[in-house]
Amino acid sequence: MHELAITVIGPDRTGIVADVAEALAGVGANLTDSTMTRLRGHFTMTLICNGPSLVEAREALSGLVDVVWEVRSVSPESDKSDKGQPYVVSVHGADRLGIVSAVTRVVSAAGGNITDLSTRLTGTLYVLIAEIDLADGAAEELAEQLAVAAAELGVEVSLRHADSELL
Amino acid sequence: MIAWDGPSGSVLPVVTAPSTVLSTVGDEVDPADPAVVQLAADLVATMKVSPGCVGLAAPQVGVGAQVFAVDVTGHPKAATTHGVFVLCNAKIIEASRWKAGREGCMSVPDLTGDVKRAGRIVVAATLPGSGEEVTVTTDAFEARALQHEIDHCAGKLFLDRVAGAHAIYQRKVYL
Repeated sequence: MHELAITVIGPDRTGIVADVAEALAGVGANLTDSTMTRLRGHFTMTLICNGPSLVEAREALSGLVDVVWEVRSVSPESDKSDKGQPYVVSVHGADRLGIVSAVTRVVSAAGGNITDLSTRLTGTLYVLIAEIDLADGAAEELAEQLAVAAAELGVEVSLRHADSELL
Repeated sequence: MIAWDGPSGSVLPVVTAPSTVLSTVGDEVDPADPAVVQLAADLVATMKVSPGCVGLAAPQVGVGAQVFAVDVTGHPKAATTHGVFVLCNAKIIEASRWKAGREGCMSVPDLTGDVKRAGRIVVAATLPGSGEEVTVTTDAFEARALQHEIDHCAGKLFLDRVAGAHAIYQRKVYL
C-alpha cells in the first residue's frame, strides 16, 4: 500500500477542496488525516492518503489550474501514542520577529511536543495557539520559562491543561 | 430520591463508532418493563467497571433505547450530584449557562472535542422499575454528563456538536 503526503496551495476559491478531493478520488485515493485552512487568503491543504501510486496521484493533480502542489511517498507511521498530558499554549501581543521561534524553542527545551499550532496576524496583533504534549510534572517549569520568554518578547503567554472529560 | 437501587446487572461490551445503533434515535421505553430494569442494571454495572466512566447510555451497549446511567460522584468538576441514577425517556426542559468544554466518549475512544453544553439544566424523565416521573435539576459536570447521555439516546455523538473544524483532537490520555 502506498501512503502519500500531499500539499496543495493556491488562491482560495469556492470549490477548490471539492476539486482536489474529486481529482484524488478519481484515482482511488482514500483520504485519511487531512487539514485545510486559509492562510491570508491562500487555500492550503495538507493530507495523507493511500491507494494510488505516486505517478497516478501526480497525474490526477496536474489537471488542477492555478494551484501548486507536491506529492511525496511516505512510510506509514503507527499513531504514536503521546505519553504526556495535553496542554494549550496561548501567546498574543504586538507582532515582531521571532515570536514563534522563541516560544517553540522554549516548549521544545522542556520536552514538549507540539501536536498542533496556528498563528494569525491581524493588524498589529499576533496570536499563537499551540497544542502540546508535555510530560507529567513538567508544566510548572515550562510556565516559568514561557513567562521569561514572553517578557523578553513583550507578549502575553499562558499555559493551561487541556483537560477533557470522559463521558 | 432518584438514586438507583435496582438489581445487580451484567457487564456488557461497549459499542464504538462507527455503528448504526449510535446514530439511531433510541425508542421510548416502558420503565416498568422487566427488560428495561435489567438494561438499567447492566448499564450501571458496565459504567462501574469502566475506568473514568461517569455515564453510559443504552445505544453504547448496542440497545436503541432511551435509557442511561450517570454517576459523577467525587468528580472534581461536579457541583450538584445525585449519586448513581438511571433515567428513562429523559427530556431537557430547561437549559442555561452555556459553556464550552472538551469531552470524550467511550464510544469514540481516540478523539476528544470542544462542545458547548448548558451549565444548568432541568430534565424530565421516568425512573426504571417504579415508573415514577421525576424532574432533575442539576448543574456543572453532572449537567454536562446528562446532556451527553441524552444525546446518545437521540442518536447523537459529541462529534455532531463540536465547535468547529479544528475542535477535535487526537485523544492523548488513556484512563
